[in-house]
Amino acid sequence: MYPDYLAGLLKEVDRTRPKRLELAKSGNPVYPPMNAEERKDVLSKYHPDYSKGALQKIRVGPNKGQELTTEITELLEAHSMVEPRLMDIHLREPDYETDLLIIGGGGAGCWAAITAMQNGVNSMLVTKLRLGDSNSMMSEGGMQAAVAPQDSPTRHYLDALGGGHFENNPELVRILTQDGPEVVKELERLGVIWDKMPDGSMQVLHGGGTSRKRMVSCRDYIGAIITRTLMDEVHNHPDKIQVREFEPAVELVLDDKGRCAGAILYSLDSEQFLTVKAKATIITTGGFGRLHIRGFATTNHYGATGDGLVMAYRAGAKLAFMDSVQYHPTGAVFPEQIAGFLITEKIRGAGGQPLNKNGDLFVFPREPRDIESAAIIRECSPDRNMGIETYAGRTGVWLDSPLIDMIHGEGYTKHQFPGMCRQFNRFGIDITKQPMLIYPSLHYQNGGVEINGRCETNIPGLFVAGEASGGVHGRNRLMGNSVLDYNVFGRRAGRYASEYAKTVTVGKLSLDHVTKHVKELKKEGIETDLVSPMILPSYTPEDVKTQQLARLGSAPARHSMLRSRISPGDKKAAE
Amino acid sequence: MSRKPQTKVAAEKPSKTVKQTPPKARMVTVYIMGKRHVVPEHATIMRAIEYSGQQIIRGAGCREGFCGACGTIYRLPGDYKIHSGLACTTLVQEGMSLTQIPAVPMEKAIYDIEKLSPDVDTIKRLYPVVFRCVACNTCTKSCPQGIQVMDYIQAAKRGDVASIMDISFDCVACGLCALRCPAEIVQHKVGVLGRRLYGRYLAKESKELDARIKQVQGGEYDDEYASMMGMDKTSLSKMYYERDIEP
Repeated sequence: MYPDYLAGLLKEVDRTRPKRLELAKSGNPVYPPMNAEERKDVLSKYHPDYSKGALQKIRVGPNKGQELTTEITELLEAHSMVEPRLMDIHLREPDYETDLLIIGGGGAGCWAAITAMQNGVNSMLVTKLRLGDSNSMMSEGGMQAAVAPQDSPTRHYLDALGGGHFENNPELVRILTQDGPEVVKELERLGVIWDKMPDGSMQVLHGGGTSRKRMVSCRDYIGAIITRTLMDEVHNHPDKIQVREFEPAVELVLDDKGRCAGAILYSLDSEQFLTVKAKATIITTGGFGRLHIRGFATTNHYGATGDGLVMAYRAGAKLAFMDSVQYHPTGAVFPEQIAGFLITEKIRGAGGQPLNKNGDLFVFPREPRDIESAAIIRECSPDRNMGIETYAGRTGVWLDSPLIDMIHGEGYTKHQFPGMCRQFNRFGIDITKQPMLIYPSLHYQNGGVEINGRCETNIPGLFVAGEASGGVHGRNRLMGNSVLDYNVFGRRAGRYASEYAKTVTVGKLSLDHVTKHVKELKKEGIETDLVSPMILPSYTPEDVKTQQLARLGSAPARHSMLRSRISPGDKKAAE
Repeated sequence: MSRKPQTKVAAEKPSKTVKQTPPKARMVTVYIMGKRHVVPEHATIMRAIEYSGQQIIRGAGCREGFCGACGTIYRLPGDYKIHSGLACTTLVQEGMSLTQIPAVPMEKAIYDIEKLSPDVDTIKRLYPVVFRCVACNTCTKSCPQGIQVMDYIQAAKRGDVASIMDISFDCVACGLCALRCPAEIVQHKVGVLGRRLYGRYLAKESKELDARIKQVQGGEYDDEYASMMGMDKTSLSKMYYERDIEP
């Protein structure tokens, strides 16, 4: 239930609705979309990537000298969890051996295991929490795929490039858009239930930055439906895919020829470091929302701490576009308990509109995400001061959802958005009758480890797919292209990595790259108390954390999980 | 309880525009795995556990109600009932006594989706346990998603795959239904099977989709891709901003 003091503002939304509805039904744009100059202006003034302190030059590793997102630079300039000297014996006698090691159990990881199996290669899939615990599971609104007759893969290509400010790797975008329709079919074959029209054709909707209706969906549970289907398939082949849960990888292992040859795992149960020897390795560890970049709340999974970036970087892999972060335009700001939670873009795809405190539209509802987010931040900034404040001190704008049933007919919202209805019903808000309060929330890692069309990195034997990779989306991803990304490139990674695995004999295992990293930190005079990968963020109150620090110096206490310091972004921003 | 109640809620990081003047949080007493803790009254169970100083390893996943990692059972004072919920979206209450159930033991049927039929025979073969259902409705009452679990188990007994799919669609697989079921059924696994059977065998195929796949495979878009990939940023940008947008 909304508190009483918002009643007047809610009335404003009701007051302006009939006119907005009329315009929405007319087929004309409900608000003029921005041109190139307007986009540039709002981004440079209001997008968090452009704020003071957002970037920091990195002093070590393959991207040395480049400006990366500050929180990433700090994580990459941190200590390893592993002391290479103490691992010698375990490198000689690995705990596990496999043809293909897959690190990360989200959608891309599951796909990689499945396609490798189809290609005759068995794999070991290791993951931080449980299989399927990932951002893949959480996607709500849809996946882009050019399946409609009035659409085409090349139109999808142009939309994706425009959304990414023409900086995406064209080869990767071509693969992404070209494979789309086939992925839809392949998923259906595995048992995914697509929203369809009565004649069997795919239901398609708009998303931000799409020029044709292209969003295919599974009500508002697309991630859960796809990921659970893939997980079920993985679990149907225990003889070919070995799944190890609660055993995240914390460093890659190379061989004496500089090829990736497995990883060191850290068992969250026993706190053991375990060595995996593998002919090929795929990183599908997803993104970094739980780093709370710039102090933002996040839509991301508990384990989204950018571990794959850290491991790959220390082993010498190049990163691309790691100066860019995606803020989802519509994270919840009320009630406080769900602050930061994702409100699917499908709401705007179906006709929902962002409104300021006067109940007025201030931006075209389906701009690409970075533009839409920056426009919402601008509306709430002191420059305009048109946001709505919650009692917890947050600011947001309305997202007018009652409009959806008025456009599509009663019952549409309930059937198409069961997840959203449920989320708000828990707190006494009926989104078919009242709007939601929203503000941008940290959502996606636009960049990542640089890959080519075969998901290869600059390290032989190391493949990357999904959110952990960089290049597909340039500096801004469109809605529905990440679900497509993990499906398209997860499949490909499994195929190409298994091909590679068939040709390789692994040499002597080594962690010399970790030793080199330690030396580099010293040479650059970097002093830091951070240990990475972070593995899990800590939401322990500060006073408890401080008292936990008394353990500092003992081996487990160096582990960032116990004390993850996630406030540096805040401090810098406050300066 | 050794720590002073704090005004600061152990919430996740606030957005940047927040003015740091949260109202003083009222506190409630809860019992986490039997131990007494005082936590802010507006906290979810998950945040209450973290407020108590614990690092959750099992029992937290997406933290937004999609993954089913944080199934929790609890009792309230003066109430004999065992309640259940997801720790990420259930609020604490005064006197709540809670335990997380991060995993429920069970066996998943192994099958080749290509070799099944979408009917009652498949259900009989893979999950014969569903026929033990006594229609007590405990599963439905324990579902944190509010799903009519018993109804889809009844549908499974009839081989009504479309209803299993439709009713179980929003299942997050927390397993609380299976934990409470006196007939020891693994409801959520039956749900996954039913949904996959529907998608694979019963969903009407899209002719347009098949046609599009043929076009792509036939190289129909290759020239257009090649020409766009050869364009410089200026001409691409012009093309992009001039493209027509479907209403």
